[in-house]
Amino acid sequence: MKQKPLLEVRDLSKYFPISSPFQLSRHKVMNKAVNGVSFTLQEGETLGLVGESGCGKSTVGRTILKLYPPTSGEIIFENEDITHHSSRQMKPLRKKMQIIFQDPYSSLNPRHTVGEIIGAPFRIFGTEKGKTVKSLVQELMERVGLNPEHFNRYPHEFSGGQRQRIGIARALATRPKFIVCDEPVSALDVSIQAQVINLLDDLKRDFGLSYIFIAHNLSVVQHISDRVAVMYLGKIVELAPTTELYTNSHHPYTRALLSAIPIPDPVLERSREQIVLSGDLPSPSNPPQGCVFSSRCWKAQAQCFSEEPQLLKIGKSEVACHFPE
Amino acid sequence: MTLLQVEDLHVSFPTIDGLVKAVDGVSFEVNRGETLAIVGESGSGKTVTNLALMNLLPQRASRITGHAFLNSRQGEIDLVNLPETQAQQVRGLNIAMIFQDPMSALHPYFTIGDQIVEAHQAHNAVSKEESRQRAIELLELVGISEAKARLNSYPHQFSGGMRQRVLIAMALMNDPELLIADEPTTALDVTVQAQILRLLRELQKELHMAIILITHDLGVVAGAADRVNVMYAGKIVESADVNEIYARPLAPYTHELLASIPRPDIQKEERLHAIGGQPPSLLKLPPGCAFAPRCDFSSRVAGGKQVCLSTMPDLTERRNNHWVRCHLTGDTL
Repeated sequence: MKQKPLLEVRDLSKYFPISSPFQLSRHKVMNKAVNGVSFTLQEGETLGLVGESGCGKSTVGRTILKLYPPTSGEIIFENEDITHHSSRQMKPLRKKMQIIFQDPYSSLNPRHTVGEIIGAPFRIFGTEKGKTVKSLVQELMERVGLNPEHFNRYPHEFSGGQRQRIGIARALATRPKFIVCDEPVSALDVSIQAQVINLLDDLKRDFGLSYIFIAHNLSVVQHISDRVAVMYLGKIVELAPTTELYTNSHHPYTRALLSAIPIPDPVLERSREQIVLSGDLPSPSNPPQGCVFSSRCWKAQAQCFSEEPQLLKIGKSEVACHFPE
Repeated sequence: MTLLQVEDLHVSFPTIDGLVKAVDGVSFEVNRGETLAIVGESGSGKTVTNLALMNLLPQRASRITGHAFLNSRQGEIDLVNLPETQAQQVRGLNIAMIFQDPMSALHPYFTIGDQIVEAHQAHNAVSKEESRQRAIELLELVGISEAKARLNSYPHQFSGGMRQRVLIAMALMNDPELLIADEPTTALDVTVQAQILRLLRELQKELHMAIILITHDLGVVAGAADRVNVMYAGKIVESADVNEIYARPLAPYTHELLASIPRPDIQKEERLHAIGGQPPSLLKLPPGCAFAPRCDFSSRVAGGKQVCLSTMPDLTERRNNHWVRCHLTGDTL
């Protein structure tokens, strides 16, 4: 029997109008940040979302949480269509869906103490009977590896890794089911990254969480995810179980992306064959005709420039390519 | 042949809270045509070391001692505390630098042609037209098509990877003997990073220049470096050839750092190996080894962890040209 998904996203799009300083034409140019993305997330699963900057991965995360209103498509969370929910309708759902941000410096209010920051969700949604906000906050601080005595300190008194723990504690406060992790370790030093990844792993198990894990670092995504979706220019080009994607990828872009990760082993790194893509990411306001990757693909043929490939099943993977590997 | 010899370099910054020893007795050599990687986390002193070599630190706010002898085309120069007029001669001509963020390193109001030509004019008594010709040559060398037309473009008209190429072209205008690349690919996407690293490798082969590559990415180092210096809290903790240091890291910090990064080529394990604790504050450095409070190996030292916490070990040669700063002895970890 197939498990019922926690979250289902159908053909989601998010366009941003590009404002020009001179409003010469009435025809608005649209930045198609997300352009027809569909996937599901099972309960207790981690879906990795990878791609280069500007591919729309963060926009997907934020649109799912309705931090941006979607342009079109459907978002179904726990069998409830939330696509057109107002912010008042969203409020009870906010308890169940949370987000952890990339930059632990700008995502914490510098004028609030840690106690106030982590306690905010309790003040909004109320606390369990007989418990004070302070005791709940200190419990959480202990759980994420912070010293509960630091309750009255300000964010600047903490290091980057500790600040990220504050952000994680805040997200956990409402006991959510689902957390969007938007590049949670990218701003941290290498020796601290592993601590935070392990913490996220532990919390997932203990609280039965589901993650959407957004990152550009493919090795980190591989470590934490059950399935991985590769995005390019607002579209998912390949979606597969993690091991499958990293050992047997079908889309040329996935191959190039994987081959571009430097391996921390000089012997291996210098002997392996590397695919180096030429050129840069095209502008999302003016994506190539046909396949979005056609302008940089070494296998592209006439069909690729005219006809857009659909996401089709190949083995355990779903791939959008006319000539998959 | 040795191009640069740094001896006992110290850089400290007096602050209200006390003296910050950003670089604390660093010595190393760079040979011609070689790439030396300096690896470390933020605050380990890798960038400050190189800013000191370039004389780019504010003179009144920093204290710099030690020597850095550059065997330049013009003879031997000690780079440390070089008078500003001489420093200007060395910068760009003998040593060039490329930075992490290619957008803020370029001036947004001037065309890239103006900026590249200026770098050439500062050191050569030639006409602007000659400088422009050289600029076109170099832009083509770094892989920018239609170089002549692109000279009139502004930085915002280029993508991140293209801007980094422009900066590399600018750095190469005067045929430098040493190129300092400070996190040159950190701000770039992986596919573009691969392009830039390949370009640097090809240029080095062609121009036979030495490169100091500053980075925190051990994957980048594995592909690009000949020698590696690992820095922690202002000191070099390990220095060895690239194959040696990855195959046989002898400093506990290097060992743990290598173990803590998830690798794309190895099947995932249940948990990542994490280094506990935080990097130390440079204001309150412990008297002993700066890594000792986080180190799992210190219990193996004769005399126990107390020794590591109280006395600073020296950088000693453990194997052929493999230097380690640790109380542990022996040629394995």
